[in-house]
Amino acid sequence: MHEILKKTVWSDQVPRITEFVLDAPEIARAHQAGQFVIIINGETGERIPLTIAAKDAEKGTISILFQEVGASTMMLGQMNEGDKLMHVAGPLGKPTHVEKFGTVVCIGGGVGIAPVHPIAQAMKAAGNRVISILGARNKDLLIYEDYMRAASHEVRITTDDGSYHKKGFVTDELKGMIEVEKIPIDLVVVIGPPIMMKFVCKVTEPHKIQTFASLNTIMVDGTGMCGACRVTVGGQTKFVCVDGPEFDGHQVDYDEMMARQRQYLPEEKLAVDICKKKMCHSA
Amino acid sequence: MSDEIKDEKPKKPKVPRQPMPEQDAHKRARNFEEVTTGYTEEQALLEASRCIQCKKPLCTTGCPVGIDIKSFIGLISEKNYLGALGKIKESSLLPAVCGRVCPQEMQCENVCIVGKKNEPVAIGRLERFVADYQGKHGGGDLPKCAPSTGKKVAVVGAGPSGLTAAFDLTVLGHKVTVFEALHKAGGVLVYGIPEFRLPKAIVEREVKVLEAMGVEIKLNYVIGKIKTIDQLMQEDGYDAVYVCNGAGLPWFMGVPGENLNGVFSANEFLTRSNLMKAFDFPNYETPIKKFKNVAVVGGGNVAMDAVRTALRLGAENAYIVYRRSKDELPARAEEIEHAGHEGVKFQLLTAPVRVIGNDEGWVSGMECLQMELGEPDDSGRRRPVAKKGSEFVMELDAVIVSIGTSSNPLLFQTTPGLGQTKKGYIEVESEESCRTTKKGVFAGGDIVTGAATVILAMGAGRNAAKNIDKYLKDGEWWSKENA
Ligand SMILES: Cc1cc2nc3c(=O)[nH]c(=O)nc-3n(C[C@H](O)[C@H](O)[C@H](O)COP(=O)(O)OP(=O)(O)OC[C@H]3O[C@@H](n4cnc5c(N)ncnc54)[C@H](O)[C@@H]3O)c2cc1C
Ligand code: FES
Repeated sequence: MHEILKKTVWSDQVPRITEFVLDAPEIARAHQAGQFVIIINGETGERIPLTIAAKDAEKGTISILFQEVGASTMMLGQMNEGDKLMHVAGPLGKPTHVEKFGTVVCIGGGVGIAPVHPIAQAMKAAGNRVISILGARNKDLLIYEDYMRAASHEVRITTDDGSYHKKGFVTDELKGMIEVEKIPIDLVVVIGPPIMMKFVCKVTEPHKIQTFASLNTIMVDGTGMCGACRVTVGGQTKFVCVDGPEFDGHQVDYDEMMARQRQYLPEEKLAVDICKKKMCHSA
Repeated sequence: MSDEIKDEKPKKPKVPRQPMPEQDAHKRARNFEEVTTGYTEEQALLEASRCIQCKKPLCTTGCPVGIDIKSFIGLISEKNYLGALGKIKESSLLPAVCGRVCPQEMQCENVCIVGKKNEPVAIGRLERFVADYQGKHGGGDLPKCAPSTGKKVAVVGAGPSGLTAAFDLTVLGHKVTVFEALHKAGGVLVYGIPEFRLPKAIVEREVKVLEAMGVEIKLNYVIGKIKTIDQLMQEDGYDAVYVCNGAGLPWFMGVPGENLNGVFSANEFLTRSNLMKAFDFPNYETPIKKFKNVAVVGGGNVAMDAVRTALRLGAENAYIVYRRSKDELPARAEEIEHAGHEGVKFQLLTAPVRVIGNDEGWVSGMECLQMELGEPDDSGRRRPVAKKGSEFVMELDAVIVSIGTSSNPLLFQTTPGLGQTKKGYIEVESEESCRTTKKGVFAGGDIVTGAATVILAMGAGRNAAKNIDKYLKDGEWWSKENA
């Protein structure tokens, strides 16, 4: 059992973005940037993979952040400080490969900003110059800005609708940095929706800029036992939960990955409808 | 006794092997309740009466853990059911499980002397009867444990092997902590084998007994991630570690189209249904797809479990696609028979070539080749050879791959000094001693043998406990050079 020590609602727009700080001393101690946990909320819950967004090894806490898009995350969002999560397993996955590369651009899109945060921190601590690009649909959906400022030397922000900083996509900003500003970039790390990661890779590939993409596939066990999370990387099948979550972004078959992520859409929709009814009843 | 007298002795009326009561095949093919319902007391007594109490019984030699079968059946005849259970438990921790899932027809019942002329005594069904008897009526005390030795042992993996080792080590007075990666203890017994073959309540009951004895079970602990084996020994003060983390990494076929939507490993399909109870979606939150035409590639117990699960989820056509013939199917005879009665179709001597997809990236079929049996291969089974030009397409909306598993690389990556065999399993001095190449670390079960059986995994847990106990007393180890 892991107590929710602090709950923050980052955005009240639907779908809501919520953060929990959890009491998880052993996980906090073992965690390295890029790793995730699997949580289960209650007896009938499903196993939900969530990247660790921040940790405090001394206090023994980790932060997880989620958008309430499915039934399970909606119910998770109903939990409050003092409540306890039934199961938290982790840290899982391979840590990010951190060393002194030079200039590292950390790109986070939407809730993908949260998992990029510990990587930016680690890259900065390793002596890199860290420039972060944060993208959100609008100002209200932008999360972790302050944390990212602390973890980076420079932060750039784009919003799809122009409600905050530059109007546009993270790819526009990245392209400008490479082609117009001619900033030499040694590494790009990107976490966000698959379509965004695909296009970021399309920007960096012609310039031969090494790009790590952290993939968020469907998972069941998260320990390498089922293959639900498999993706094709460089023509080979890989299991994201144990071989990843980070891969050479230029080698990932994003189209296959996106098709695989749509597998349970009808079931998810059904579950959300039922969940909404239940919540109306209990409200 | 003269021959004449013997001939005159009225012959005992021959009691036939008692059939196992089961749910009607049509009905059960659509529900997840247990297929077989178990012997009644009358049936058990009749079946026990078929045992001729051989002077030199062979059945025990056929049992991988050497259960004193003759004695436990004798005790059943005396209606001393708890005594019979105690007899079994001298050699096997989980009779309610093994009575249900052991391949008896290849083990004890294969060598049963009654079976030479008639059908063998139904040893497995009797084993299950006494275990269920206790389950229903209670009785039987917690085992007595030796006074504490002050030694701590970590067990990695809560499958049958780990649970058995934990039990024995606790009885010997050691303090045991079991670390399990998943959120439930039981290993394959909870994530792989379906409810209709092994009700999960049985596994839970056994786990509760362990906890009542003082075994600590830590769930959601992936060793190698949250802690390494070295940390367990150096920082947390464990004096020995037993690694029994199974062989859970699923193989795929390596044919084109295998990452299409609608292709699953049997492990994924079964884990969703069993561990996560997705068959009861949306009451349980994990979804599972319901397909009309499903092919399961493979012929073992795992394949049978997957195909029968697909049927229960509503498949109209559920096929087993296997490249050899019916005689070579490695699954338990009973499962093959049950699957057939339930309506599973056997597409034998068939090997997949590629999975075919539609425009949306979903499976629409599978191209296969017909095979014929050629010369025997290393395993002694006749090798399947493709017939030229025999390609054909099966129309399908799902393919479940069940062609075997191998070892998870995680522990090797994080445990310096832990030797690995060519096939990727943990290297041990011998399966008897369970000693690995790393001092204080023992291993057994599927992670040593490759995917095998529950009873062998349990037997390994027993051996490990015995050898760990010895090591904790004398501190002796082996070296590869002297071996
Ligand atoms: C679907 C299916 C049907 C089967 N049917 C039969 C049958 O009818 N009869 C029969 O005899 N056998 C059957 N088997 C085989 C049998 O279940 C196995 O041989 C047996 O369970 C092996 O036991 P084990 O304890 O070695 O490993 P497992 O049961 O695999 O248990 C290993 C445990 O270790 C955990 N683990 C893995 N890695 C770590 C880690 N790093 N840290 C912590 N924990 C970890 C796993 O989560 C798992 O719980 C079947 C197997 C399957 C998959
Ligand atoms: S989630 Fe099951 S293998 Fe990765």
